[in-house]
Amino acid sequence: MEVDFNKVKPYGDTLNDGYVQLSFTLPVPAGDEAKEAARQIALKMGLEEPAVTEMADLQAGFSFFVIYGKCSHMVDYSSIKVPKLEQKVMSFKEVNALIKKELDRKVVVVAACTGSDAHTVGIDAIINMKGYMGEYGLERYSEIEAYNLGSQVPNAELLSKSVELNADAVLVSQVVTQKNIHLENLTELVELAEAEGLRDKVLLICGGPRISHELAIELGYDAGFGPGTLPNHVASYVAAELVRRKKTERKT
Amino acid sequence: MENKLDLDHNKVDLARETAGKIADQLHSWIGDYTTTTIERAAARLFGIDGVDKAGTPLANIIVEKLQEAGILDLGLAPWISRAVISREESPQKIAEALEEGRFNVSDIPDFPEEKWKDIADRMAEEATAKMRATREKREQKMQNAAPPKKPLLYVIVATGSVHEDAIQAKAAALQGADIVAVIRHTGQSLLDYVPYGPTTEGFGGTYATQENFRIVREALDEAGEETGRYIQLVNYASGLCMPEISVMGAIERLDMMLNDAMYGILFRDINMKRTFIDQHFSRMINAYAGIVINTGEDNYLTTTDAYEKGYTVLASQFINEQLALRSGLVEEQIGLGHAFEIEPSMEDGLLMEIAQAQLCRELFPRSPLKYMPPTKHVTGDIFKTYLVNGMFNLVSVMTGQEIQLLGMPTEAIHTPFISDRYLSIANGQYIFNNARGLGDEILIKDGGRIQERAAYILDQACTMLREVEEIGLEKAMEKGFFADIKRTADGGKGGHGVIQKSDRYYNPFPDLFMNNSLPMEGRLS
Repeated sequence: MEVDFNKVKPYGDTLNDGYVQLSFTLPVPAGDEAKEAARQIALKMGLEEPAVTEMADLQAGFSFFVIYGKCSHMVDYSSIKVPKLEQKVMSFKEVNALIKKELDRKVVVVAACTGSDAHTVGIDAIINMKGYMGEYGLERYSEIEAYNLGSQVPNAELLSKSVELNADAVLVSQVVTQKNIHLENLTELVELAEAEGLRDKVLLICGGPRISHELAIELGYDAGFGPGTLPNHVASYVAAELVRRKKTERKT
Repeated sequence: MENKLDLDHNKVDLARETAGKIADQLHSWIGDYTTTTIERAAARLFGIDGVDKAGTPLANIIVEKLQEAGILDLGLAPWISRAVISREESPQKIAEALEEGRFNVSDIPDFPEEKWKDIADRMAEEATAKMRATREKREQKMQNAAPPKKPLLYVIVATGSVHEDAIQAKAAALQGADIVAVIRHTGQSLLDYVPYGPTTEGFGGTYATQENFRIVREALDEAGEETGRYIQLVNYASGLCMPEISVMGAIERLDMMLNDAMYGILFRDINMKRTFIDQHFSRMINAYAGIVINTGEDNYLTTTDAYEKGYTVLASQFINEQLALRSGLVEEQIGLGHAFEIEPSMEDGLLMEIAQAQLCRELFPRSPLKYMPPTKHVTGDIFKTYLVNGMFNLVSVMTGQEIQLLGMPTEAIHTPFISDRYLSIANGQYIFNNARGLGDEILIKDGGRIQERAAYILDQACTMLREVEEIGLEKAMEKGFFADIKRTADGGKGGHGVIQKSDRYYNPFPDLFMNNSLPMEGRLS
């Protein structure tokens, strides 16, 4: 199989067949007309030969569709550049050792799930003693002083707490979102930090299932962590970045 | 349900007895206090409704004025009944006059006690008569409806607009949901008042307001009539206004309320004393209104490990049960919560889930157990989540759970879309129907791993309960016994709303609620 990386499209069972699956709801009652409307939507989305494989009556004037079709678009994979966090992941012990050797003080991390979000699973997995998937959380690190402020913390409160505690890094988690409120919320924190003259004094880091490093940089954060992040990934970045910054400061 | 787990009945009795002592310790002081929201709940029961131009409820205004004057320790009832005698107008008119400044609380004249008490009692009797009528209406409707099969399908709606909520709630009901919960607007638990009117632009949900309750109730009644069923409506009597929200639910015929004795303290950092006092009063209202409460033990498993800390759920269920019984709720009204949250990659994790679910069933045989879906280990892989939810549904039907909060394939992504809810209902309907009699047909192996696990959890829960009893629940919460969260006795929000009662304090409602409990009829079972 010869894949042309300049022209990549979805794969079903034959190269370049373009097959994708999708599902959506239309606010129209189930029926032949609804099915045709769904097919036309798929066509307009750039799917060739769309097949409505399932239509379900959601009642109250709604219908649901599962559709297979051939995507007519392709992308140039070879030219894609995604900004990545170029950070070697260290172990729990290595992070503690690095902080002890290079910084010789406790690193203060303040974390919260901000704004409207009440879901602490993400921040708890990174911060709480127990950690996640066998990796200890930041609270367990001997060289890190971690504060988990919990959920629905206003951005202003998170910042004032980080000043009070003299934080090196501020971690923000956004898990469940509605109408992209998480983006507004994340942007507001950066703006507030800039307005208060705090932006350069702390590492601003965000994380959550819909966050990528690329998005984080775009929003004005130092780093972003997406799904599958373990506590030592975050700890490695924080420790190494603080060491880097300390060394640059010395030089200048 | 027969005894499949071969539990040690001495241990069960000990656990229940110890939890009873823990509840008694709290009740040794709960009765000495009232709170601002309890008095506002009384105001609402006396018919005081509406808001001023700034949106402050009249119930808040009158209670604040009494508190500022330093006379709230007598309760609202003596003042409002005296004002009714002197002004010859309704509590609502009196509240309006106070708000407009046409009248001050210091203007309220004294009357002989038997005279004002008579008025207070008569107004309270009118209020409770309305609650009884609403309850009877529910029972009537339930009797006329097709009896729902269990586990009941429970879904949530969370659009942020009550009008959209009503559409989605109705669609869910028509798709087969038995119970619909309307998720609350973010942060409502920390408001020390209840917002007023319909919510059209909420975050994360809509406010628990009386108008929102009414709108969704109407939509569900329509769906019920179209399908010959009765669709139950749920909201949250939690946060700083537990009693007031219970009153609103009683008036607008809600059927269930999330109503936990400790949730606010642990997860919303609400003052401990405030919460314990409020939960008692709000549960009395729920009891009298025939509302089923749902407790929130599932939340412990999102902050701690479900396998390691399964026993904390059980210990808390015993405590929640004992506190609920002391507020007049009967077992059929106490929907104890737990959850399917063991890490899905664990080998034989399913056996552990079956053990915990079966254990809850056998220990609380009359409770309409509320089983919560996996959330903690759920990612954006909707296909895997759909499958894990299927396993959750299977455990539920085979262990006889009653209130099944259906897991959404898009948990951890967004608040449910209409199709997410449909897929979840289809998942539940398929499994519950396909495995309806599974629990009746299978036995659990004697001395096997499920029995061993259940015995272990019960044992650990007993140990924990004894430790809690020794130091008291408040101290145990200071030490982080539940959910690994530590809360101080005097910390948290809303402590200023706790008021020591004068020995002349009067509130006619607790006696009416506690001494007049009606038998449960036409409820879930």
